[in-house]
Amino acid sequence: MSKAILYDATMCIGCKQCEGACAQQNKLPYDDTVAAESEQSAHKYTVVLTRNDKFMRRLCMHCQEPACASVCPVGALHKTKEGPVVYDVWKCIGCRYCMVACPFKQPKYEWGSLNPRVQKCVMCPDRVTAGKQTACAEICPTGATKFGERDELISEAKERIRQNPSNYKPHIYGLNEVGGTSVLIIAAADVEDYGFPASAKIGETPMPEYTGRVMERIPDFIPVWTLVLGGIYWVSHRRDEVALAEAQEKNGGNR
Amino acid sequence: MKFKLTFWRVIFIVIMVLGLYSSYVRYFRGLGTATNMTDQFPWGLWIGFDCLCGVMLAAGGFCMVGAVYLFNVERLHPVVRPAVLTAFLGYLLFIVGLLFDLGRPWFIWHQMIYMNPHSVMFEVGFCVMTYTTVLFFEFLPNVFERLNWKTGIGWIKKIYPVLIVAGILLSTLHQSSLGSLYLIMPSKLHPFWYSPALPFFFFGSAVAVGLAMTIFESTQSAKAFGRQLELPVLVTLGGGLLVALWVNLLLRAEDYIHRGLIRQIFTPSYEAYFLWLELTLTFLIPISMLSFRKVRMSPQLLYLASISTVLGFITNRLNIALIGFETYIGHHYLPKWTEFSITLMIIAMGFALFGLAVRYLPIFQTETAHQLEQPEPIEVGAGVLSHAGD
Repeated sequence: MSKAILYDATMCIGCKQCEGACAQQNKLPYDDTVAAESEQSAHKYTVVLTRNDKFMRRLCMHCQEPACASVCPVGALHKTKEGPVVYDVWKCIGCRYCMVACPFKQPKYEWGSLNPRVQKCVMCPDRVTAGKQTACAEICPTGATKFGERDELISEAKERIRQNPSNYKPHIYGLNEVGGTSVLIIAAADVEDYGFPASAKIGETPMPEYTGRVMERIPDFIPVWTLVLGGIYWVSHRRDEVALAEAQEKNGGNR
Repeated sequence: MKFKLTFWRVIFIVIMVLGLYSSYVRYFRGLGTATNMTDQFPWGLWIGFDCLCGVMLAAGGFCMVGAVYLFNVERLHPVVRPAVLTAFLGYLLFIVGLLFDLGRPWFIWHQMIYMNPHSVMFEVGFCVMTYTTVLFFEFLPNVFERLNWKTGIGWIKKIYPVLIVAGILLSTLHQSSLGSLYLIMPSKLHPFWYSPALPFFFFGSAVAVGLAMTIFESTQSAKAFGRQLELPVLVTLGGGLLVALWVNLLLRAEDYIHRGLIRQIFTPSYEAYFLWLELTLTFLIPISMLSFRKVRMSPQLLYLASISTVLGFITNRLNIALIGFETYIGHHYLPKWTEFSITLMIIAMGFALFGLAVRYLPIFQTETAHQLEQPEPIEVGAGVLSHAGD
């Protein structure tokens, strides 16, 4: 069973304790200056945004079929069976394809570093495998960020929307977007207002499928194309050989 | 003559000095200081030009090898060696460019041990690595002839069919896969440039640019080294280029019609201006020019048409890599001077190495090139390309 985070924006009070707990968990600096930053960066994996007195949290969505993991040439990113999409800094060569491919603009880069790393929320993989909640869910005073089984959280989100339809947009963001994500969001406002890509824009097709359609043909293409090229080579050179042999024969006959 | 050489040497030295300083900034101050790349714009000029365009500009190698050794277009024999040399240098410099762009270039060898077969980037990397090796072997006869080492030439001659087939197979794969890199960004890349047919476009443009670059470099080196231009060679290439451009144009037009973009293309917008520039340089100018027999028979005009083609497809790839993302990201990206400086340094290194190779190796000695092939060159079964030239 895979784990997930449910973020209910209507329950969020904007205290930003999740930001602090996240920084502490990942050994990142956190003070008033960082707290005031309203953009995610290499040192700020998650951010609580405010628009018209309504709050919204942004963090890596932990896609069921992550684009970042599929594009990484060295497999530095991968989806664990528990749900988190984790990063192995040792493997990373720094091509930044993950950043370009991510539909949610989540991976960030240490541009100032001489040995830079890709940085993003990794859903506290150590805590999750140990059966604990993520740091952000644990500290959340209102339960706006809730950690649990993905299936159960989906049912719960549906139930909350059903009981209070006037409080929510009737949509669970992350249920089917790009094939589903391990972070689910329900809110009173449109998530697009907070910089999320519109559901219609990213669609429900898992991102790796776009390249998969081409990549899966390659194993067949290689032998076929090799035979074609080899065949053309053989035919055109055979013709030369025949022409040469005939020319020699002719010369021999004349002599 | 003496003055001209000195002039270009001064330019070269200036470019190299600035480039070395920029390299220092890149490696000792970091990518953030050396470039205008950001979290919003993680791929800049180095990916757009050095990588995407660099590989395209080096496509002449596999095009000429294919034309001569697969399709027996004997007339093109004299340009195979310079084309293979350009390709070999192009790929080496592509790797140099990559060492600047990668955040952790000292781990580039991880590509060989931590393979992710689902990644297009892995496929490109692997093909480029192998193809550079193939090009090295295709280039070796130059060195062996210079050293007059007959045994070595014999070895290469034995594996030549394998090199030819492998080289073209690998080129087909990675030239098209460079386009596949962008398939995973349907919501980010502007619809003018995002298309499911990107791999086909990238391969098609590689062939057209391969032909155009061969015309360009033949003319250019004829000028620079005071060699005789062989008109039949250029005429054949020009005809091939015309066909390649038409194929590219039809593919692109079909794609735009299929995706219902025609109206949007003719509506002025930021992206439309760049698209118009691209289409004018890639198709309008060279196709109009090459449609006239007079142009196809004139080295000077062929040269101009090939330059327009090359610039057009460079614009195309920069549009895909940079301009096509600006609306999605919401701001413009202009490379920092250090980015330009490093790109210029890499180009200058290419020219310098080409010059050195031509001076010290039998690149333009076509008589010896024939030794690798048939004992007696016989004009038979001309392929598609040679007909195109008629």
